Amino acid sequence: MNIFACIKQVPDTTTRIKLRGDGNGIDEADIQWIISPHDELAIEEALRLREQQPDSVVTVLSAGPERVTDSLRMALAMGADSAMRLDLPGDADSSMNARALAAAIGKLGSADIVFTGKEAIDDGAAAVGQVLAVLLDMPCVTVVNGINYADGAITCRRDVGGGSIEVIETQLPAVVAAQVGLNEPRYATALNIIRAKKKPVDTLTADELGVTEANRKTRLKNFELPPPKQPCQIIEGAPADQAKELIHVLTSEIQAI
Amino acid sequence: MKVLIIAEHKNGQLSEATRELFGLSLGQAEVHAVAVGENLKLLAGPLGQLGAAKVHLIGDPALASYTGESLGQALGQFIPQLAPDVVLAAHTPQGKDFAPRLATSLDAALATDCIQLSLAGAQVTARRPVYAGKATAEVEFTDDSLKVITVRPRTVKPPEPDATRSAEVAEVAVQLPGQKTALKEIIASENVRPDVTEAAIIVTGGRSLGSAENFSIIEDFADSIGAAVGSSRAAVDAGYRPYRDQVGQTGKVVSPQVYIACGVSGAIQHLAGMRTSKHIVAINTDPEAPIFQLADYGIVGDLFEVVPQLTEAAKNRNGS
Ligand SMILES: Cc1cc2nc3c(=O)[nH]c(=O)nc-3n(C[C@H](O)[C@H](O)[C@H](O)COP(=O)(O)OP(=O)(O)OC[C@H]3O[C@@H](n4cnc5c(N)ncnc54)[C@H](O)[C@@H]3O)c2cc1C
Ligand SMILES: Nc1ncnc2c1ncn2[C@@H]1O[C@H](COP(=O)(O)O)[C@@H](O)[C@H]1O
Repeated sequence: MNIFACIKQVPDTTTRIKLRGDGNGIDEADIQWIISPHDELAIEEALRLREQQPDSVVTVLSAGPERVTDSLRMALAMGADSAMRLDLPGDADSSMNARALAAAIGKLGSADIVFTGKEAIDDGAAAVGQVLAVLLDMPCVTVVNGINYADGAITCRRDVGGGSIEVIETQLPAVVAAQVGLNEPRYATALNIIRAKKKPVDTLTADELGVTEANRKTRLKNFELPPPKQPCQIIEGAPADQAKELIHVLTSEIQAI
Repeated sequence: MKVLIIAEHKNGQLSEATRELFGLSLGQAEVHAVAVGENLKLLAGPLGQLGAAKVHLIGDPALASYTGESLGQALGQFIPQLAPDVVLAAHTPQGKDFAPRLATSLDAALATDCIQLSLAGAQVTARRPVYAGKATAEVEFTDDSLKVITVRPRTVKPPEPDATRSAEVAEVAVQLPGQKTALKEIIASENVRPDVTEAAIIVTGGRSLGSAENFSIIEDFADSIGAAVGSSRAAVDAGYRPYRDQVGQTGKVVSPQVYIACGVSGAIQHLAGMRTSKHIVAINTDPEAPIFQLADYGIVGDLFEVVPQLTEAAKNRNGS
């Protein structure tokens, strides 16, 4: 099978976000970059499927600037067969990113299955997988936390909120967006990380992919940090008094209950 | 400007998140609503009372249960006929699933999970959280193509229905070609409490609860105020709670009216899921716990003493 995993490089969650001087983005100076957590599940699922299906190849794709090569190397260290960077600016929108991914998959041979994460933790758009599916004319199953593979089809469990699960059967090829619970991503060993440093990560240019600024539909601007928090009001007293006071706050001040 | 609201519904009832969409600042827009499914007639009245001038019903037994594929096909045929400027849907599990596909098949611009939206004249202004709520950004639409926008639940209050209003109703027929996906089964949750993504109030417990059984004190308090029960990842990993309750970067992202964190340290990955809550309350034995930096109200104390007292006080709140 021809298996793809799409990964986005994002700032580590513990990063303190600082805005750029013009307010139209963040200051990338001290950022530690990681593979978006759900995308690690996408890589893991691709690797597990390869282990089940003889003659399978796992290709990992990431659209972004030079820095995303490090994340692609991490995917190679986890066990992917090859990795390709799609040279797009870091602020490309869902439409540009998905177009680049679709074009790359077209160039690299037809996909049997494409894994993405359910959402990237930078923009949290939860969109690129579905957009990609439409561009590739494939069905798409989102927030998937379980898959059974059969010949030419898969059965997925979708987490639709409130603890309810939908069981969806879909023909392959398809795009599957991974949710927590699908698997436990493996760690790349130190040795494999060192080995991956020597492996090639090829690049497809925006030109080769046929993606231009004309494919952009949205741009994020005028970033704002949340207003500074008022200091926390500590409620003092014996537990019973603290409880009464808090319930009073909830009923009278906030009027939430 | 013409706006189309996609109505989500279940058992003949509009979802709360759909009702909220009518509460956005829609300016002078001509507001349409569309419902897709089976037995839709009951929805026309409420949609009209909320402010829809015209309600379009795409009824077809083949659309009785939702799949992203069939809804996409149905709306993909209908929307070009209506030719709206803006399509609005709620950023719910359904909205997240279909809106990006719909936008792509209509070659529209897409902005998901918006927390501010206003329409004035031909101008659409939208703002959304980025970096898990550590910042927000305005969405600039770079051309004047159709805009598909999803709005985070609980962003605004729904308007009061106006019983004197009613909408013109149109039945719409669509052709549904063969489907590549099929819904085989829905395994409904046995959860009797509201889901964390839908609840107005969430009471969350952390690792410090120590066992699944001890979570009953969190459940009792939640029940006394009609809240959902949330969990930190540490409590999920320890097997105290199911994954569906997990709030945070790898769990659910929630923005309730009130978030009450009991024995939760406030790790950055947890904050990523609840930072945008309107009011945050923390109960923790450690006055230095990071959760207090984000909290509006705090109780420094042992949750095993404080939470049962809260349940008591909540039950007695009406003097009963
Ligand atoms: C990639 C990644 C993703 C993650 N995703 C998530 C996520 O989605 N959600 C999430 O929650 N975490 C997530 N985490 C884990 C996160 O880093 C924390 O480990 C976790 O949130 C801690 O849970 P906790 O607050 O319950 O436990 P702890 O950090 O152990 O905190 C327990 C708190 O309880 C207090 N306490 C103890 N006893 C009492 C008592 N009797 N009464 C009152 N207070 C008491 C303590 O003072 C302490 O503050 C993630 C981590 C990583 C690396
Ligand atoms: N630039 C990108 N390169 C590769 N994959 C991406 C990119 N952006 C998004 N994706 C994939 O699409 C999923 C959803 O992303 P998003 O729509 O940004 O929330 C991610 O989890 C990735 O799997």
